[in-house]
Amino acid sequence: MPEDLNWAIGGEAGDGIDSTGKIFAQALSRAGRHVFTSKDFASRIRGGYTAYKVRTSVDRVESVVDRLDILIALTERTIHENEDELHDDSVIIYDGERSTMQDVEVPGDATALEVPLKRLAEDAGGAIMLNVVALGAACEVTNFPIENLDESLKKRFGDKGEAIVENNKEAARKGQEYVREEFDEDFDYDLETTDADYVLLNGDEAIGMGAIAAGCRFYAGYPITPATDVMEYMTGRVDQYGGKVVQAEDELSAINMALGAARAGARAMTATSGPGIDLMTETFGLVATSETPLVICDVMRSGPSTGMPTKQEQGDLNMTLYGGHGEIPRFVVAPTTVSECFWKTVEAFNLAEKYQTPVFLVSDLAMAVTEQTFSPETFDMDEVEIDRGKVVDGDDVDTWLDEKGRFQAHFPAADGVSPRAFPGTTDGAHMTTGLEHDELGRRTEDTDVRIEQVDKRQRKVETAREQENFDYREFGDADADTLVISWGSNEGALREGLTLLEDDGYDIRFLSVPYIFPRPDLTEEIQAADNVIVVECNATGQFADIIEHDVLERVERINKYNGVRFKADELADEIKQTLDKPQEAAQ
Amino acid sequence: MSSDVRFTDFKSDKQPTWCPGCGDFGTMNGMMKALAETGNDPDNTFIVAGIGCSGKIGTYMHSYALHGVHGRALPVGIGVKMANPNLEVMVSGGDGDGYSIGAGHFIHAVRRNVDMSYVVMDNRIYGLTKGQASPTSREDFETSTSPDGPNQPPVNPKALALASGATFIAQSFSSNAQRHAEIVQEAIEHDGFGFVNVYSPCVTFNDVDTYDYFRDAIVDLDETDHDRTDRDQAKDKILESDKEYMGVLYQDEGSVPFEEREGVTESMAEIPDGAPEGAMDLVREFY
Repeated sequence: MPEDLNWAIGGEAGDGIDSTGKIFAQALSRAGRHVFTSKDFASRIRGGYTAYKVRTSVDRVESVVDRLDILIALTERTIHENEDELHDDSVIIYDGERSTMQDVEVPGDATALEVPLKRLAEDAGGAIMLNVVALGAACEVTNFPIENLDESLKKRFGDKGEAIVENNKEAARKGQEYVREEFDEDFDYDLETTDADYVLLNGDEAIGMGAIAAGCRFYAGYPITPATDVMEYMTGRVDQYGGKVVQAEDELSAINMALGAARAGARAMTATSGPGIDLMTETFGLVATSETPLVICDVMRSGPSTGMPTKQEQGDLNMTLYGGHGEIPRFVVAPTTVSECFWKTVEAFNLAEKYQTPVFLVSDLAMAVTEQTFSPETFDMDEVEIDRGKVVDGDDVDTWLDEKGRFQAHFPAADGVSPRAFPGTTDGAHMTTGLEHDELGRRTEDTDVRIEQVDKRQRKVETAREQENFDYREFGDADADTLVISWGSNEGALREGLTLLEDDGYDIRFLSVPYIFPRPDLTEEIQAADNVIVVECNATGQFADIIEHDVLERVERINKYNGVRFKADELADEIKQTLDKPQEAAQ
Repeated sequence: MSSDVRFTDFKSDKQPTWCPGCGDFGTMNGMMKALAETGNDPDNTFIVAGIGCSGKIGTYMHSYALHGVHGRALPVGIGVKMANPNLEVMVSGGDGDGYSIGAGHFIHAVRRNVDMSYVVMDNRIYGLTKGQASPTSREDFETSTSPDGPNQPPVNPKALALASGATFIAQSFSSNAQRHAEIVQEAIEHDGFGFVNVYSPCVTFNDVDTYDYFRDAIVDLDETDHDRTDRDQAKDKILESDKEYMGVLYQDEGSVPFEEREGVTESMAEIPDGAPEGAMDLVREFY
C-alpha cells in the first residue's frame, strides 16, 4: 500500500467545504503528489454534514481507506461522523473559540489542535477566510510548503481581484504561524513534493472532456445528481468547438432532443442518473429501431426511486442491460476508472456511429465525485480516433438507392449496418420510425420484412463482437486459484486491496470488466479458478447473476449497498473472510 | 435548393390510410404546398411526426423524417434544428400528442422559440384509438371513456402559447385549402416558433366538431381589422370562447430564434477525424 496521508475538511453544507477541499487537493497535485478525493454529502444546500476527503501519496492512489490522519472540523458533528476513521496519531484542527466547539472531545489519543480560525481570518481581512486559515494550519502540521497553496488560491479567487487573493494567502500564513508558534510538536507527517506534473479531474469531467474530444457537439440534459457535472463541464466548452448544450424541460425531452441532433448528423449525448434513465427508457426503443447513434450516460446513484441521491450504488446494471419494452439491441459500456471515463466515452461515440445503435455509458457516483491525479499524457488527444461508420455523401448516395431512386436507410446489409445519409444530402431523403419498418423506413407488418429487420439489427451486435475487442482488464497473479471479478468503479479499491492481500499471502487474479454488453466470455477463466468472487456495489449481485448465467456456475458474491463505495482495506478483509470461511457441507 | 420544386415532390408513394374525408388530407396538402412555396425541397426538409392519425404524415410525405414517441415530436425537432440550423424543420402531430401527453414539451418549445413550424391537426378527439376524449374535446362531449362528457374544460392551446411567450400563433382550417397553405407558409417564414393549430375534422368519431360546424363558426381574421402585432387584441380573440378564428392571431415581428441567440449558425455534423485542434488545452485546464 502506498505511504499515504488521509486528510479531510468537514462541516455543514454551505460552509465552502468543497471549494476548500479542492484548493488543498489542487495544491497537492501541483506539488507533484498523487491525489484521490471523495465526498460525504447530502442532498441539501445548507446545513447537515458534508466533508471533502483527500488521500494523497507520492505513489499512485486508487482508493479511499478507512483511516483519517488530519481532520479540519468546522462542526462538532464532523468529528463524530469520522470517529471510526480517526486514530491515536490523528490531528484534529478546530476553532475552540467558537461557542459550539468549546466542549469538543477528540476520540482516543488523537491530537486536538485548537486554532482560532475565525479570529485569525478576521485579522487577515475577513471571517469568510476561516477555511483558508485552517488550510494553512494543515500545511504546518503536514510539513507541506505553504507556497503550494498560492496558485490554487489564485485559481479559486483570481476573478475576485488581486486583493482577495492576497488576503487569502495571508490568511493561510496566519494559520501556519499560529500552529508553529503555539504548538511545540512534531506531528510526524511529511508531505514531500516532487517534480511530477499532474492534472486533477473527476469522472464526470473526464466524460465531458471525452465527449468533446470525440466530436460530440450536441448535449441535452436535465440537471440531476451526480450527472450534472457532465453538463456543467460541457456548457460553454463545447461551444468553443461549434457545439451547444441545451437544458431540457425533463429527461423525456433531453433524450429526444439528443436523438433529433443525432438524426441531423451531430454526435450527440445525454447524461443522467437512475430516475432520469427511467424516463428516458421510453425512447430507448426508438433510438435502437430508428438506428440512431446516441450515447446515453447513466451516472448511477443509490436507488430505487429517489433512493439516496448523494450515495454510491451500482444498481442500474439490469436497467441499462434490459430496460425498455421489446428487444432492444444496445451496447453497455462501464468505465472502471476516472481516466477510463474519458477513453470509454470516446469509444462509446465510435460504437454508436459504427453500429447506429444506442450506447449506454455507465458510470457511478463514486467516480463522479472523485478527483484524481493523472499525468497529462493519460489524455493524449493525438490518440483519439474517430470512426463515423457508413456515412454516405452526395457522391456515393446513388449506391444505396432502390430501383425507384429511394434511399434505403435500413438496408439489410450482411453486417447489419445500413448506410447513413445526413439530412441535406441530395437524394438521401428518407423517413424512419419507431414502428417496424422496411428498408426505406416505411411502416410494415409484413412477416418476412419484420424478421429481416429484427435480424439485421441484432446482426450489428454480432458484427461488433467480431470486430471489436470487448475484453477485460487483468491485474494480480494470472495463475492464482482465486479469481475476483468486478465491473465499474471498484477497480481502484480492488487493485489496492490486492496488494494488501498479497502481503498476507493471498494470491489473486483480478478481472475488471468494462464491457457489460457485449461482454467478454469468462468461461475459461472461471473454470480455471477454484474460487470465484464477484464484487459489486449493489444488494442483489446483478453482474454476478449474468456471469452465472453465462457460465452456468455459481460464484461467491461481495455486495455493498449502504451507499458508501468500497474501500481498499475493507475489500481485502471481505475477500479474506470469503476465502477463509468453512466450505458449506454438500447437501 | 432547386427553384423548380413542386409540392408533389413532398409526396411519398405511400397512399394514406386516413378515412375518406379526413381533415388530415387537407392539412398535409397545405403543408406540402407551403414547403414548396417557401423554396424548400425534400432533401433539406426534416419532418417530425407524433403518434396518432396525424403522426402518419411522415410516411405520406417525402423528406427526411422521423416518426417518434408519442408526445415527444417537438424535442426531436428542436434537436434537429439546433444541430443543423440550415434545415427546414416542421413538426406535426395531433391534439392528443401536443396538448395532452406532450403538453409539457409544447409550452417549453413555445418559450424556447427555435426557428421551426409546428402544425397541430386538432380534431378534438382520439381517432386512431377509435374515439375517446381528447384535451380539446368539449366539456360535454360524450365518448366511450367519457359517457357524460370529460367534465372538464378543453385546453386552449393558443392561450397556453400566448402565456408561454409565443412569437407566432395561428389558426387554420384544413378544408380551406388556400388559406391553410398561406397560414402554414407564414409559420415557416416566421423567424422563430411558428405555431399553427389546424381544425382538421374527424369524420368518423366526432359528430360535433364537423366541417359544417367549422364552416359556420369560423371567422377569417383577414376580413377583420385584427392587428396581429397587438398582443392584447390577440389575447382577447384567443380567450373568446364562442368564436372560432382563422388566420395569424399573433406575431412578434422582432422575434429572434433561440439558436441564433445561442450563436448556433452551422451544422454540427462535420467534425475532424481526431480530437479537435487544441484539445490538449482541455487537459491543461485541470492543472
